[in-house]
Amino acid sequence: MKIIRVLSTLDRRIIFLLVGLGILIPLLKPLGIPENITPPVRDVYQFIDTLPPGSAILMSVDYDASVLPEVHPMFLSILRHAMLRNVKVIGIALNPAGVGLGVQAFDRISKEFGKKYGEDYVYLGFKPNFVATMLGLGEEIRKVFPTDYYGTPLDSLPMMKEIHSYRDIALVISFSGAGYPGSWVAYAYSRYGQKVAAGVTAVMAADYYPFLQTGQFIGMLGGMKGAAEYEDLVNKLLQEKGYKKPMPFAIKGMDSITVVHLLIIIFIILGNLGYFLQKKEVK
Amino acid sequence: MLQRKIPLFIVFVMGFLMTVQFYIPHPVSQTLYKYVLDWMNGVASMAIVLAVGSLIMHHWRRLKKPEFAPYSAVALVSLFFMAILGFFFGIGEGSLFQKMFENVQIPLQATMFSLLAFYMASAAYRAFRARNLEATLLLLSAFILMIGIIPLGYYIHPKISDFALWILNVPNLAAKRGIMIGVGLGMMATSLKIILGIERNWLGG
Amino acid sequence: MHLATDPWVWVAAILTLFIFTFLYKDNPLYKFAEHLLVGVSAGYYLAIYWHNGVKPNIIDHITQGQLIYLIPLILGLMYFTIFIPKTSYMIRWPIAFLLGAGSGLSIPATFQANIAEQIKGTMLQPLSFYYSNAALINAIVLFIGVLTVLTYFFFSKEHKGALYTTARIGIIFLMIGFGASFGYTVMARVSLLIGRLQFLLGNWLGIIPSW
Repeated sequence: MKIIRVLSTLDRRIIFLLVGLGILIPLLKPLGIPENITPPVRDVYQFIDTLPPGSAILMSVDYDASVLPEVHPMFLSILRHAMLRNVKVIGIALNPAGVGLGVQAFDRISKEFGKKYGEDYVYLGFKPNFVATMLGLGEEIRKVFPTDYYGTPLDSLPMMKEIHSYRDIALVISFSGAGYPGSWVAYAYSRYGQKVAAGVTAVMAADYYPFLQTGQFIGMLGGMKGAAEYEDLVNKLLQEKGYKKPMPFAIKGMDSITVVHLLIIIFIILGNLGYFLQKKEVK
Repeated sequence: MLQRKIPLFIVFVMGFLMTVQFYIPHPVSQTLYKYVLDWMNGVASMAIVLAVGSLIMHHWRRLKKPEFAPYSAVALVSLFFMAILGFFFGIGEGSLFQKMFENVQIPLQATMFSLLAFYMASAAYRAFRARNLEATLLLLSAFILMIGIIPLGYYIHPKISDFALWILNVPNLAAKRGIMIGVGLGMMATSLKIILGIERNWLGG
Repeated sequence: MHLATDPWVWVAAILTLFIFTFLYKDNPLYKFAEHLLVGVSAGYYLAIYWHNGVKPNIIDHITQGQLIYLIPLILGLMYFTIFIPKTSYMIRWPIAFLLGAGSGLSIPATFQANIAEQIKGTMLQPLSFYYSNAALINAIVLFIGVLTVLTYFFFSKEHKGALYTTARIGIIFLMIGFGASFGYTVMARVSLLIGRLQFLLGNWLGIIPSW
């Protein structure tokens, strides 16, 4: 009884320390638990995997650094997948604090695959009004984005010559830690029938299941787990094609998550044992 | 007149026209729709002066208070430094502007939010109690999810992972859909109230 | 262990550590980092809004002779009136433009995405009976769940009698839903810390492969 009382009233700094160690140790000594692939992630993967080469997808940076470790690996993996499959990629950003993340990601991944700016991918940058942007892309991309991120007119970019609106875009993927994917559904899917997928933080993932069931999302990556699954699928494909496997960021992170999840469950059980013990004593 | 009636009139006209154009795809309404979409981004992009302007004024005032002055000076200097870099020295990959973004803004913002992990664990430990049926259900659902969504759960037994997915796909979906429909109705009602001038809080004092 | 040689990585690592000092308590290092973030972000926004918003979507059009773009320019300039007390009321005009258009555009879109499609997805259709018994049971549970959650949010009538029972069932669904969100949230919060530790151990200290 005494031990339970002690364990249920630990100082918060001990909790902090245990959480820190729970993350740190698996990073240093990975457990290497393989990923299991869930249907919403497989759906996104298969959609991109079966696109004819030369099709275009639009990847929207709707996140910022506050959710970087969850969403950025998704962005990188899907970008790798698209470039590997010779799918053309249009990047845009609706979150002003995330614009530079798109710049960084496109620069990094295009170098891995030797892709050329303007021919294989473009980065159109940021627009402040997401409603007008999502709807405007259904009419004419040049109206919304007269120039790309760097100020080049869209008609000077060879890849954009044939791309004018959602009609020329196979899939929109919104990467976000907020409500943007829902808005993509409301404005791009409902009005223009544009297929939409989402890469969202774990906080948002549970809220978006209604969109999956109705088909308003063709698939979804939720949190670091979703990122790890996609990373796993793409890394296997890269290996198959003879590319160097990139460092599996999210897969490694999942080891730490496994340990911390177990820790938190133990914390909650201990806290509750203490609570019931105290209640019994009061009685 | 100028202060309240004109803005209310603009809201009404814009709101009415943009609602109606969805249901009446006439060339005139379509042209107007395209113009409005086009202008919205332009007008919205100038709103940044509001945010940054009031931030500058706030820190400018704090420069007079010795306890805040050094920090506000940091904020102001870094603001102008970053803006000058962006305006005059390029924003592409490899620019100093992008380097500052990648090595100052990203780590600061990401680390600030990473502190939440510690507080979340400590709060779960101290406040998460199975006091009644509702709290117990919440706790059980959270436990199943926490085990079921990690690969370990799947390898202990695939059924654990299946059960977590079932929770997400059925009871969770029902709850979130109920909320979604409620929020949707609320959003439509609020939009309508704004357009009709019943909701006027946005006019301020 | 290969310590980073890139000075930028050191800048990022030191700033990361400054923020972590808050775990001990609020202190000048943390405050410095916090204000640096505010300043750098605001400067970043200014430049991005100019290069990606004001310039391509207004100024370039006007310099090319498309004078109709004077309308959004004038509306946008009205934001500046906030800094002149006598004319500050004019700030309401551009806000009215965006708010009105935004509200108008959102009504049909919200109805379609959040209501019509959701109701369609909840309906028990002949197809629900077709696949399997499990699919049928799930469809029924979903139907009851959505309906009871909606009755829980129905506040126009006191929750008594039948309404009490349905609202109680609604709460059960809500609690399971919130539990699911909480389970996911734990993962989200931990992920953020993993990201920073991977940076410190990998990119900075070189103890693990860098990202």
